[in-house]
Amino acid sequence: MKQKTREGLISLALLSPSLIAIAIFVYGFIARTVQISFLDWNSFLNLLQNQKNYVGWSNYSDLYADPRFQTDLWNTLYFTLFFIIGSIAIGILLAMLLNEKPRGGIIFQNIYLFPLAISFVVTGTVWRWIFSPGTLPDNPYGINLLFQKIGLSSLQWGWFTNTNSFLSFNLALIAVIIAAIWQYSGYTMAMWLAGLKGIPEQLIEAARIDGATKWQIFTKIIFPLQFPITLSAIIVLAHVSLKAFALVYNMTGSGPNNVTDIPAIYMFEATFRANRYSTGSSIAVVMLLMVGLLIIPYLVNVIFKKES
Amino acid sequence: MSIVKTKINRQIIIYALLVLFTSFFILPMYILVLTSFKPFQDVTVSTLWNWPTSLSTDGFSRAFKKLAPNLLNSFYLVIPATLISATLGSLNGYVLAQWKFKGSKILFALILFGMFIPYQSILFPLVQFLQAIDLYGSIPGLILVHVVYGIPITTLIFRNYYYEVPTVLTEAAKVDGANILAVYRHIFFPISLPAFVVVVIWQFTNIWNEFLFAVTVTSQPANQPITVALSNLAGSQVIEWNIQMSGAIITALPTLLVYIFLGRYFIKGLLAGSVKG
Repeated sequence: MKQKTREGLISLALLSPSLIAIAIFVYGFIARTVQISFLDWNSFLNLLQNQKNYVGWSNYSDLYADPRFQTDLWNTLYFTLFFIIGSIAIGILLAMLLNEKPRGGIIFQNIYLFPLAISFVVTGTVWRWIFSPGTLPDNPYGINLLFQKIGLSSLQWGWFTNTNSFLSFNLALIAVIIAAIWQYSGYTMAMWLAGLKGIPEQLIEAARIDGATKWQIFTKIIFPLQFPITLSAIIVLAHVSLKAFALVYNMTGSGPNNVTDIPAIYMFEATFRANRYSTGSSIAVVMLLMVGLLIIPYLVNVIFKKES
Repeated sequence: MSIVKTKINRQIIIYALLVLFTSFFILPMYILVLTSFKPFQDVTVSTLWNWPTSLSTDGFSRAFKKLAPNLLNSFYLVIPATLISATLGSLNGYVLAQWKFKGSKILFALILFGMFIPYQSILFPLVQFLQAIDLYGSIPGLILVHVVYGIPITTLIFRNYYYEVPTVLTEAAKVDGANILAVYRHIFFPISLPAFVVVVIWQFTNIWNEFLFAVTVTSQPANQPITVALSNLAGSQVIEWNIQMSGAIITALPTLLVYIFLGRYFIKGLLAGSVKG
C-alpha cells in the first residue's frame, strides 16, 4: 500500500509540469472567459479600469437578440451538417473504390490526402480566387469564367457573395462547404481504409458465396462493422467545422449581410477589433458549450468504457 | 466471356471515378502552380485558365523577398515547439500507460479535453496572460502556446504507443528497484523512435499551418509566422496575383514536402487523432 502511494506520487510529480500547464491554460482560462462573459467589459476603458461589474446574463441575452449571431448559428448548423455529410460520403466512396485495389491506387490515395497537410490559409486563399464571381454577366472571374469558356454560362452565379437563403441556409456557404469538403474528405477515407483492413476476407467471401450482391455486402456487413469508425470521424469533423476559423477568415470573411459568418469570426472581431471583450467571451462560451455537448460524452465513453 | 466483360466495365467505372475525383482534388493546386509561374502581364482574370505565354519565376522571387523573414519565423517557432511538446508527450504517455495510479484515467481525460476545446474559449485570457509575462507578440510566446496546447495530442499518441508494451517490463524493473526515470531512459525511450516520428511530423505540420493563435498573439509583421504573412499578402488588393499564389506555394511547401516524403507517418498521426480507449 505504502509502495503504491509512493509510486503514485512519483508518477504525479512527473506529470505535474503538463498538469499545471493544462490546469492554467485550459481550465483556468476557460473559467476566466466565463467570468468575463458576465462582466461589462465592452470597451477598452472598462478593461483598463479592471472593475468587475457583473451584469448577469445580459451579454448572453444581447447575443440571443443579435441578428448577426442568429445568422452565425444557422450558418454553423448548415455548414456542419453539409460538411459532414459531404466529407463522409465522398470519403467512404473513395475508400471503397481504393479497396478494389486498382493499379496505381496508392497514387490516387496520396492525391486525395494531401489537402490535409496544407494550411487553411493557403487553401482559403486559392478557393477565394476560384470562387470569386467577378461582375456577372460581362466580366466573370474564376470558376464562372471557366463555365463561360465551356458554354455553361447558365451555371454562373455569385458564389460566396450571393445573399439568397433557403430555410435560413445562406447559399453563399456552398462555396465554403465545397472548400472544406475538398480539404477533409481524405480524412474519412483514411479512417475507412484503416478499418477495412481489419475486416476478414473470409467474411466477405462467405457472404459472396451465399449470393450476396456487392451492395448487400456493403450495407449489411461493411457499413455496420465500420460504424464506430464512422462515428469517430463524424465527431472529429464536427469539431473541425466549429474550428473552421482560418478557412472562413481567409476565403470569404463574414461576407455581405454576414452570409458566411461563423461564431469564431464574430468572436475574433468582437474581442480583438471592436474591444467588446465580454461579448466576445460570451460567444466563446457558447462555442465551448456546443463542442462540449459533443465531445464530453464521446471522451467519457472511449476512455472509461474499456476498463469495466 | 460476359463475366470478363463486366469485370472490365467495373474497372473502367472505378478508374473514371478515381480520375474524376483526382481532377477535383488537383484543381486548386493546378491554378496555384499555373498562376505562380506566369509573368506579370499574363496575370489577368480573363486569362486565368490559359497557359502562360512564357514561364517566369518573377512571382516567386518577389514573394520570397516579402516572406523570407516570416518563413524563418515559422522555423524558429515550429522546431522548438515540436521538440518540447513531443518530449512532454512522451513522458506523460509513459506515465499514463505504464505507471497507472488511482485517478490517472481521469487526469488523462482532463488532459485530452484540452485538444477539443474551441480555442476561442481561452483566447482572450491567453493574450492577457502573455502580456502579463511579457511574451505577447513574440515567437517565444507563440512557442509556449503551441507547447501547452500540443500536450493533449502528443500525450495521446505516446500513451497509445506505450500501452501496447507489456507492463511486465515495468513491473520487473520496479522489483529490481529501478526508478521511474531509469525505466524510461533504458527501456522506453530507446523504443520510442516510431512514435516520435509520428508525433514530430504531426506537430510540425499542425503548428506550421496554424493561424488563429498566430494572428492573435503576434501583431508586429516582423514577428509573424508565414501563415499570417500570407494572409496579409493575399488580403491586400494591390499585390499581383502571381505573387500571392507564389506566396501560397512557399507557405505550403515545407509541410507538403514532409507529406510527400513521410506521408505514411503523417497518416498515422491523422488516425491517432481519434481517441482510442
